[in-house]
Amino acid sequence: MSRERITLAILALGGQGGGVLADWILDLAKHQDWRAQGTSVPGVAQRTGSTVYYVEMVPEAVATDPVLALMPVPGDVDIVIASELMEAGRAILRGFVTKDRTTLIGSTHRIYAVSEKSAMGDGRASSERIAAACQERARRFIGFDMDAVTEASGSVISSIMFGALAGSGALPFPRAAFEDAIRASKIAVEANLRGFEAGFQAAGAGKIVLPPVATADAPVPTSTAGRALAHRVGTLPIAAHANALHGVARLMDYQDAAYADLYLDRLAPIAAIGDAELAAETARHLALWMSYEDTVRVADLKVRASRFDRVRKEVRAKDDQILGVTEFMHPRLREICETLPAGIGRWIWESPRLARMLEPLFRKGRHVETTSLRWFLMLRLLAGLRRFRRSSLRYHEEQERIEGWLAAIRETAARDTALATEVARAQGLVKGYGDTFERGLANFATVMAAVDIVDAGGLARLRAAALADDKGQKLAAELATTGTQRASA
Amino acid sequence: MAERSFKKEVEKLRIGDGGTFEGEGILAVTKGLLQAGVAYVGGYQGSPISHLMDVFADADPLLKELGVHFETSASEATAAAMLAASVNYPLRGAVAWKSVVGTNVASDALSNVASGGVTGGALVIVGEDYGEGSSIMQERTHAFAMKSQMWLLDPRPNLTSIVDMVEKGFELSEASNTPVMLELRVRACHVTGKFTAKDNVRPAMTVADAANNPNRDTDRIVLPPANFLHEVEKIEKRWPAAVNFVRDRRLNERFGPAAGDVGIIVQGGLFNTLNRALELIGLSDAEGNAQVPIYCLNVTYPLVPEEVTAFCRGKSAVLIVEEGQPEFIEHELNTMLRKADLQTRIIGKDVLPRAGEYSGAVLRDGVAKFLRAWAPDIAPPEAALPTPNVTPSEIPQRPAGFCTGCPERPIFTAMKLVERELGPSHVSADIGCHLFSILPPFNIGNTTMGYGLGPAGASAFRPEGKRAIAIMGDGGFWHNGLTSGIGNAVFNKDDTVTLIVDNGYSAATGGQDILSSRATNPVRTTNHPIERAVRGVGADWVRTIDRTYDIERMRDTLKEALTTETKGPKVIVASSECMLNRQRREKPIKARAMKEGKRVVRERFGVDPDTCTGDHSCIRLSGCPSLTIKPNPDPLRRDPIAHVDNSCVGCGLCGEASHAAVLCPSFYRASIVSNPSGWDRFKDRVRGALIGWMQRRMDVARAARAF
Repeated sequence: MSRERITLAILALGGQGGGVLADWILDLAKHQDWRAQGTSVPGVAQRTGSTVYYVEMVPEAVATDPVLALMPVPGDVDIVIASELMEAGRAILRGFVTKDRTTLIGSTHRIYAVSEKSAMGDGRASSERIAAACQERARRFIGFDMDAVTEASGSVISSIMFGALAGSGALPFPRAAFEDAIRASKIAVEANLRGFEAGFQAAGAGKIVLPPVATADAPVPTSTAGRALAHRVGTLPIAAHANALHGVARLMDYQDAAYADLYLDRLAPIAAIGDAELAAETARHLALWMSYEDTVRVADLKVRASRFDRVRKEVRAKDDQILGVTEFMHPRLREICETLPAGIGRWIWESPRLARMLEPLFRKGRHVETTSLRWFLMLRLLAGLRRFRRSSLRYHEEQERIEGWLAAIRETAARDTALATEVARAQGLVKGYGDTFERGLANFATVMAAVDIVDAGGLARLRAAALADDKGQKLAAELATTGTQRASA
Repeated sequence: MAERSFKKEVEKLRIGDGGTFEGEGILAVTKGLLQAGVAYVGGYQGSPISHLMDVFADADPLLKELGVHFETSASEATAAAMLAASVNYPLRGAVAWKSVVGTNVASDALSNVASGGVTGGALVIVGEDYGEGSSIMQERTHAFAMKSQMWLLDPRPNLTSIVDMVEKGFELSEASNTPVMLELRVRACHVTGKFTAKDNVRPAMTVADAANNPNRDTDRIVLPPANFLHEVEKIEKRWPAAVNFVRDRRLNERFGPAAGDVGIIVQGGLFNTLNRALELIGLSDAEGNAQVPIYCLNVTYPLVPEEVTAFCRGKSAVLIVEEGQPEFIEHELNTMLRKADLQTRIIGKDVLPRAGEYSGAVLRDGVAKFLRAWAPDIAPPEAALPTPNVTPSEIPQRPAGFCTGCPERPIFTAMKLVERELGPSHVSADIGCHLFSILPPFNIGNTTMGYGLGPAGASAFRPEGKRAIAIMGDGGFWHNGLTSGIGNAVFNKDDTVTLIVDNGYSAATGGQDILSSRATNPVRTTNHPIERAVRGVGADWVRTIDRTYDIERMRDTLKEALTTETKGPKVIVASSECMLNRQRREKPIKARAMKEGKRVVRERFGVDPDTCTGDHSCIRLSGCPSLTIKPNPDPLRRDPIAHVDNSCVGCGLCGEASHAAVLCPSFYRASIVSNPSGWDRFKDRVRGALIGWMQRRMDVARAARAF
């Protein structure tokens, strides 16, 4: 239907400056002799949640006192600006994006929702899926990572969106008029103009750009020991190569070449079974398990020069600023005993009197200021215990668990390689520290106890159930179903 | 200080005759009030009318010049009772609040003022919080207007109509001696537009003049026998007077052709949406030239029988577009037609949904359905929009939540930790930002019974073993919670635990000051501690925690309250300033200090990607927007890792939570010192040299066992 009205919806998160953007657009339209009207739903509903700003405009020449609507009607929106990819998806879901008229200007970056962030594993929605839907449904989709552009231009996302709107050419106004609106607002004009320019260029480029996905190249050996290990990896099935290379590199860093050799000794017989996926997954999970996170490892990672640099970069400390770093560590008696030689550690841990006496000393969390000399030395000392790791209680416990798990993989592989692959993947349940670690270990034991009564799909379901909540409700329910099914089978 | 400053808008209030006022709907109302010679204004903040309160709060000098009294009322009941000033004196007064909740609170005073009637115009501006973005139960203010016989204005949502209706509202009120409600929907409150201004009018009589010349009329007091007279007066005098005024002054409007076989009656506030719906099916245009007769009710109560029958006569069917339920207008129209013996069919909820907001799409479909049945020759062809190519399950929900660094978050983190130890308790929640606790990741709260009513909502629980917990914000506390919650619990010897969330502002409504605010306010008194008030009504077990981020203390205090032998109410006042307001206050100060070369320390948190294993326990205890996830840089791991983005304000929760919950050693706090002192630099150089030397030695050692 032809009409001389432009309708524009902005979907943003509370706090992203959607209101500022709407104000700029209103001011822009007014100075171009269009009668424009904006509406929004401020208030508490806006705090960090999704919110819609809506703008309509009609040339004064067409109607000086038009009757304008206060909310977008599905199928009748000319321009949709979304500050985040899922908000663009939400615009589609609400019917605001249609093939016949909608220019969709959307950021392709993600701000994860609480439901995605709080999942115990990977709860992220699919970006590719939504980006494809945007392209398919919009008359024109201008999509780029506005967060990255914001970062690069040192501006705010609202100015990037305004620039992209100008760059899209979806409004019949000259670029200078857009910039005048920014100037007229008199707030952070310089930074906003910078962002505007960056957004304008990015929109003009006309490419759909998703945030890059980092891929890690396989490590290349640099030492004699490394080359020898790499050579051994070469004898494994190709499917396992990438993970195994990462595995040996990781374990050399974690302990030493001998430990990496042990890794390959353990991996080889399983790889020899001949199932590509089983080999690759065992290579992955065995490396993860063998590089379990003990106090020594944590200390070792915390004191590295590379880590100091990374923190500096991440918190954007400038050269003339001084950076202090404080860790939040909570070593309990349990972790202390695990670090001690197995005999002593076990003796303390298993002696109720000693444990009771010592426990209060390790009940409080410590603020460890790694950038201070005292604490740095302390952590450095702890990291140095790497040499004695093999005698520690934790080492003994973990190796025993690893052997048990490997045996389970081998046994199941003999009858069902798919199931064996799932057994290998069950290691993923064991992660974290303290209570989290203990819960993971318990879940692992629960899931493994069912190996004899389920197939690969069943074990995968149990694993997913174990990651569904941290109270074990879903796992218990899934186990009950599994049990019932088995009883009736 | 409110969340938004309205210094610019206040200047707009001074625009004189012929000038153009540009701004939001609710601000236009403020200008309309001054143009109408209002003598006093009061109200209670809440979306969507907060800005009205904020503007008046910022407009103190102008109001003084004009002799207008503005009161930041303690509650809607306070505001409504203020209208008593218009009972005996020709004073125009206006009060505002969020409805229907505010009207509920105000209803005692409203009933009284409506019974006795008014001499001066009394206007109640209600922000009808219905439909998308609403945070309250979905009810209609219409019912209140009917039950107390106050007139209800529902103007077309453009600034000229709204402002015009403010003035007419006062006149109607005076002509019929009845308080009048002006209803504005959420978007109408925030719609931008313009109107031609008039000069502000100094009230002919100010509140001071009235106080100096007291006037008494026992017939206006709600006490026998006057109360019975009032009812008769309402029916015999005030109602007819109102109907006459509405008809004679043509408050309702006609659009479209004079005649037709079908027509549409619409609530004024929905007129624009209806016009858009008609435009989309080809029966109207951008200027509202509809091809179907429309009768627009800018006054939805009372209806004018002769106007209704005149409009309906000769039509086979009339569609009534009336949002919400019950459909009071539809019922009344049917009664009127029946009495007039007209056979016109009234069609309403048969083609329109019984519940929910009437959006453009809803009206487009409803009108089309109506036309297909009653005017098929002009009805649009059936057309369905393509269904979206994404499904709801693919788009994660994003409800509102606590802001980054919010001081209320750690309170619920602590509650979560206590829940782990003692098991879940019944939690009676309240109204305010703290109600976000009911959402993930906290999932805390069983019921919410209204503003300041958290503790009252827990009063039925007589614990034998396990105590119920009530939550209440500082806003709710001063609104009524001190008496309805604390006083009640003391008197009844309730054995519950009450947690008062004291962030220094009425935060959810936009950061307005309240009695216990720590800021100094030039026109109000603040700094009255909640603990003093609580003790004042007789509570003995009271603990104030002055830093909510101290999770261990928060947790232990809560545990003590839940387990102590002491009987009677246990009250914990958890105080930390609203982060949104704190940032607004501190950011410019820090920026200036930094520019001036002063030593400034900025803190923020981070997560080490190589020690984080991606379990997200930390997120389940926080939900902070700045604590998020990112792809795992570890080639062997797949689950995303926790990550603190640059919006972190360094509130400290992450660190405290990982200590209190024994989470993981991945969090670090970075303190970044700008313009360091000489001592800072010296210390840093010495440390840097020694640590650097050790790190280089370690790097060499690691290189020796490198892959």
